[in-house]
Amino acid sequence: MLSHLRELEAESIHVIREVAAEFARPVLLYSIGKDSQVLLHLARKAFHPAPVPFPLLHVDTTWKFREMYAFRDRIVRELGLRLLVHRNQRALDEGINPFDHSSQKYTFALKTQALLEALANGGYDAAFGGARRDEEKSRAKERIFSFRDRHGQWEPRQQRPELWNLYNGRIEKGESIRVFPLSNWSELDVWQYVQLEDIPVVPLYFAAERPVVERQGNLIVVDDERFRLAPGEVPRHRRVRFRTLGCYPLSAAIESDAANVAAIIAEMRSSRRSERQGRLIDHDEEGSMETKKREGYF
Amino acid sequence: MAVPLQQMEAASEPKELVRLVVIGSVDDGKSTLIGRLLYETGALFDDQIEQVRRATRNGDAIDFSLFTDGLKAEREQGITIDVAYRYFETRRRKFILADTPGHAQYTRNMATGASTADAAIILVDARLGVLPQTRRHATIASLLGIRRLAVAVNKMDLAGFDPGAFQRIAGQVRAFAASLGFTQLVLLPVSAKLGDNVALQSPRMPWHRGGSVLDFVESVEVQRDRAERPFRFPVQNVLRPHIDYRGLAGQIASGAVTVGDEIVVLPSGARSRVRAIETFEGPVSRAHAPMSVVLRLADDVDAGRGDLLAHPESAPAVGRQVEAMAVWLAERPLDFTRAYAIKHASCTSPARIEALRWRFDPETGEESPASSLALNEIGMVVVRAARPIAADPYALDRATGAFILIDALTNETVAAGMIASGPRAETEQAAARPIEPGMVLLVRARTEALSVARAHEFERIAAEGALVSAIVRRPAAARACAAAGLVVLFPAADEDLEAAREALRAVGVEPVEVDGEAEAQSLHRAIAREDR
Repeated sequence: MLSHLRELEAESIHVIREVAAEFARPVLLYSIGKDSQVLLHLARKAFHPAPVPFPLLHVDTTWKFREMYAFRDRIVRELGLRLLVHRNQRALDEGINPFDHSSQKYTFALKTQALLEALANGGYDAAFGGARRDEEKSRAKERIFSFRDRHGQWEPRQQRPELWNLYNGRIEKGESIRVFPLSNWSELDVWQYVQLEDIPVVPLYFAAERPVVERQGNLIVVDDERFRLAPGEVPRHRRVRFRTLGCYPLSAAIESDAANVAAIIAEMRSSRRSERQGRLIDHDEEGSMETKKREGYF
Repeated sequence: MAVPLQQMEAASEPKELVRLVVIGSVDDGKSTLIGRLLYETGALFDDQIEQVRRATRNGDAIDFSLFTDGLKAEREQGITIDVAYRYFETRRRKFILADTPGHAQYTRNMATGASTADAAIILVDARLGVLPQTRRHATIASLLGIRRLAVAVNKMDLAGFDPGAFQRIAGQVRAFAASLGFTQLVLLPVSAKLGDNVALQSPRMPWHRGGSVLDFVESVEVQRDRAERPFRFPVQNVLRPHIDYRGLAGQIASGAVTVGDEIVVLPSGARSRVRAIETFEGPVSRAHAPMSVVLRLADDVDAGRGDLLAHPESAPAVGRQVEAMAVWLAERPLDFTRAYAIKHASCTSPARIEALRWRFDPETGEESPASSLALNEIGMVVVRAARPIAADPYALDRATGAFILIDALTNETVAAGMIASGPRAETEQAAARPIEPGMVLLVRARTEALSVARAHEFERIAAEGALVSAIVRRPAAARACAAAGLVVLFPAADEDLEAAREALRAVGVEPVEVDGEAEAQSLHRAIAREDR
């Protein structure tokens, strides 16, 4: 018997190989987080000793943590990978930012639109993502090969049935699929696998003293001078870490002492909060993830 | 009170992966049962519970069904319209639970959820007893290869926790399920709403000694004999990092393989030995299902995506024609004149549906003649693939006995097939016929180059029989050469086969189709015997 982690690993590798075989221009959406790291690790395993046969794409809002950019560049350099970075330059030029604009508008412009632009520009017909079905209710129904129309949009009622491990990768020109090899992994599986395989992750996942302000009960780490402090607001050092990483003004930290992977796993077992709770953009409205996904968000 | 099972485990303990499918309609309380199961096993977080508490329509009690009804349309209509996957863990196992709707029109979703499941849980409303849909659910589960079934008789609270009501339903279920081939059938009196016999033994039903839903999923035996069956390795990709390296990447579908094993590449029939089994961590001497590995062969035989590797003594049948139970998944009904593609293991090939033997009614178990299959209907079809496939009956091997059909024009997945018999080599007729002057042989093979190479082999065979032959590429030339008494060889790649057939017919030539690869395979064997 294979352990559940090895079985999940074998299945994910099967998915990644199917995509490489059936699509002309796949790309791996690399968001620098733990799920991206696991996905990248699996892609390397899938084709070893050959190199990963597709590039990495980072859709950059310019608002990621500095440590994330440094980590990204180090990983790409050490593993000799091909990385493409895309920004919605027009939106950035127009000054769209997470302070002045609603999280819906910000996410749509700098993430969804930027992603659709990057995919269209590169002519990519398949894009790997690290999303998991346990993250959010609308994800629970998404296929592993998730079809997107010419506008990059998801139609939850028109999904192709997905039986056994037989994926239908047929598309017409301009259409594409999003592929989620980690669909059946849970957050705990991801961390146990990171531990088992000794996969590097951004240090922000580990507890450390960081400058924090509290906004509506959320702990926000002040990562650079662009952060807008309220009059009289002073960041205080608190021992925090992140369960999920994104744009720093929109990512809430948790107070924690977990300074390594084993401690994170132990903490998770006793935690009663879901990981997406730290994502400020998901709480806009009931069903907000589904709305974003229909528009083309990952 | 939630039982925080997740807290009690050791971090490094390997768990067994178990796949379940839960079948039932919202009226049976399916979403409530699953929500309750997730809650009781500690799979839900406080903020998720809080979110649902806020969305609960009336009263203060948690509406457990809201944990699982994901899409907006579903929440608005209060019904489940698609398969959703849920995850929870206990100390020994990690569960992937396919949550499938039970209404008649969602047979396709039920089949989707059941396709990968090790065991099924079917819901029955205690007040209504066994309905036609109960029988449909059990039959579809059986059809998709599930051998272990629990029937949860739900809403026992509304039936006064009455043992008589439960026993009556249990008797009905046993009666019809006897013919469905389940090796394990468990009946459970449950109240999903109140939690009776979901995770914990119900104090209100002391007369029931058969355990809870959680007991069932914790103890159910799952199909771990996958590694004991004959070796099957569908090749997904060929890895060529440099000129001296050629590795075949794939996931072992069943069985095991050891370095040094003799293997046969199907459908070509070429033989070789396993030189190395490689993984990211380094070479291993043996690998088994469901591992993803890279195999390197001792000889430079032609093997690539779509081929299947097996041990010669336990190789599956190879052929173009299969007879299979099909669940129709598309709005557009089955059409014999339409072009489809069959995807089986890693092989995709053009295909047609040649016949519909009968339609099957999963509510009555009756087979009746039919001219087509509509959405959600089930029937026995005969599928003919342009390329030979190496496959097993579904009952013997789920991984190599299953296929999907894709509409060649719309790209929709239109059917799920479970091979009942075959594949059969469909060229027996042609092969048995001696080659005669004036005959037009349509020589088909996977690729253009291969079909031409095979045509040359037939040319030699013809020459041995003192017959003059010609390889031609134009239908008009074929007609002229045939009229002149030559043996005409007309090569065509699988993808051009249909066009070639029609072009020949258009000039009045009825070709005899020969399977270039299967014929070459027998030639290959004959030569190998002579060598010995």
